[in-house]
Amino acid sequence: MTVIVDEITKLVVQGITGYQGTYHSKAMMDFGTDVVAGVTPGKGGHEVHGVPVFDTVEEAVERTGANASCVFVPAPFTKGAVLEAIDAGVATVVAVTEHVPVHDAIYFVAVAKAKGVVLIGPNCPGLASPGLAKIGILPNKIFRRGDVGVVSRSGTLTYEIVNAMTEAGLGQSTCVGIGGDRVPGMGFVDALKLFQEDDGTKRIVLVGEIGGTAEEEAAEFIAESITKPVVAYVAGRTAPPGKRMGHAGAIIARGRGTAASKIKALEAAGVRVAPLPTDVPGLVRA
Amino acid sequence: MKLFEYKAKELMRRYGIPVPEGFVVSSPGQIDHIPGPVMVKAQVLIGGRGKAGGIKPADSVEEARKAASAILGMDIRGYTTKEVLVEERVAVDKEVYLGVTVDRSSKSVLIMASAAGGMDIESVPEDEVLVAHLDPLIGYQPYIGRRVAKAVGLAGPQAAQMESLCQRLCELVTKEDAELAEINPLVVTEDGEVIAGDAKVTIDSDALFRHKEYQELKEDLTPLEEKAKKLDIAFVQLGGNIGVIANGAGLTMATLDSLNVFDGKAGVFLDLGGTDDPEKVKQAMLLMEEADPKVILVNIFGGITKCDTVAAGLLEAMGEKSMEVPIIARIKGVNEEQARDMLKNAGVIPASGLNEAAELAAKESLR
Repeated sequence: MTVIVDEITKLVVQGITGYQGTYHSKAMMDFGTDVVAGVTPGKGGHEVHGVPVFDTVEEAVERTGANASCVFVPAPFTKGAVLEAIDAGVATVVAVTEHVPVHDAIYFVAVAKAKGVVLIGPNCPGLASPGLAKIGILPNKIFRRGDVGVVSRSGTLTYEIVNAMTEAGLGQSTCVGIGGDRVPGMGFVDALKLFQEDDGTKRIVLVGEIGGTAEEEAAEFIAESITKPVVAYVAGRTAPPGKRMGHAGAIIARGRGTAASKIKALEAAGVRVAPLPTDVPGLVRA
Repeated sequence: MKLFEYKAKELMRRYGIPVPEGFVVSSPGQIDHIPGPVMVKAQVLIGGRGKAGGIKPADSVEEARKAASAILGMDIRGYTTKEVLVEERVAVDKEVYLGVTVDRSSKSVLIMASAAGGMDIESVPEDEVLVAHLDPLIGYQPYIGRRVAKAVGLAGPQAAQMESLCQRLCELVTKEDAELAEINPLVVTEDGEVIAGDAKVTIDSDALFRHKEYQELKEDLTPLEEKAKKLDIAFVQLGGNIGVIANGAGLTMATLDSLNVFDGKAGVFLDLGGTDDPEKVKQAMLLMEEADPKVILVNIFGGITKCDTVAAGLLEAMGEKSMEVPIIARIKGVNEEQARDMLKNAGVIPASGLNEAAELAAKESLR
């Protein structure tokens, strides 16, 4: 068993004819993902990398049996695209697009939850199970099959840490980038739950950052329900309060969301917290 | 994007929320009438202006001009006052708090209300604040307004006004893509009217594409911040002397954390985000040069942003302007081999690991 993506994942790429959609469809196919369809309204009948393009997700699902979707459409159209995928009956939606209005996210995150659809993102790199498949934009070359489950709020920092683990000979079962938006679909707790249940995952790495209270909530859940060893890194120890550090979520406001509070909560839950990203592999191995 | 009080009040008025009569001026001479006794209020995007002397009463045009000239140009916690709002003074019977905001942990919009108005809601004891979540699939319904009115201790006609106001504020938040709409204090006047004493509204900057009217509003930015904003680059000024260019907030912060270990202090950071445009990288580099750091550290882990794109942008920037400061480049990920070849003879100091790059940059900065 593995987490979310596996051999029976059949992927439809929404926005496949766009630059990013085309590029990353190919990269996903190279990684082993079964990309069965693409969707771009008005481009039905075309092909991209030999994959048939349809006008609607419904058609793509009907004709190809797609059961998961990866959304690359621009932010103004992301809400419509995610809802279309949910309505067409796919089980998993990964929304890569960044800068999605927060009220749009609130709505489609709630709809996905109500319909029992696994939604990752928006503004996320997606997920990868080395040797099986990936959905999203994580670089192909950094992974190695293994037993560490990785969940992260960051994109590139995830690559940094996964790469360091791979170089140290530590492989991954599944790596999930849940994204750094204020209102994400899947959260740390959802991912931790899946890793706890997954036989292929023996150890867990959690990558957090300043802002919000997701790490504190994760710590609480780890203390209650996770029996597998967890190593964490929290980015932003040296970030000044009141400055938005790049994306929407990363800000220390009114004394809340500090790295110190997150590290304290995680350590209290028995999690070993790495001072720097490069310290993660050593702690995982220890 | 934060709106000034007068803009937030204009918006509330449009949604049928009662606000005091008033007008905004940028020089005392522009005041030629007042609607009775007024308050002259500094328009700055930071709290605590009352304590700083940024709010003054006035009973005549002359007094209002005097107050305006005292407040205009005033520095309030680092923000210069460029405009004042001259506003009808309301006779306060009671002050309450009402706020509607996007809540991350419940992934919904929530209403906060308290009978303790006029103070920072964070400092009000939790059991005196009503928190009502709006289920995104249910939305605002009248029963929520009834809960709010009851929680702040209003009855009769004031309760009815409060309910309607609550509904209008929630409507404003969703239709205008606001992250926050706060009325503190919400005043019950001696005549029994419920009216917004102050107003704070923050618009989600990711939603500006469907709100053209806010795109024209000017923000308080330094020239470099202005440029960065146009390029869609996150630009943060910090205290040190190392210029950091990275991609992604998490990696950027991890870079700062790593520098810190080697006693290096970042002065500016630019987060390229997910770009695949060499031109943007070039502009970021030129912007960084303008910020005048002692050393530039480029730390890229390529995904959406491909390494060769970054290398191309770097080369273009260096071709356009000779960079006097050492540039340390640590570029990993998609197409890193191409990037390495491209930068081989460019005079850039290569680094392979994050720690190595951080150590090199810190050393240069301390030299």
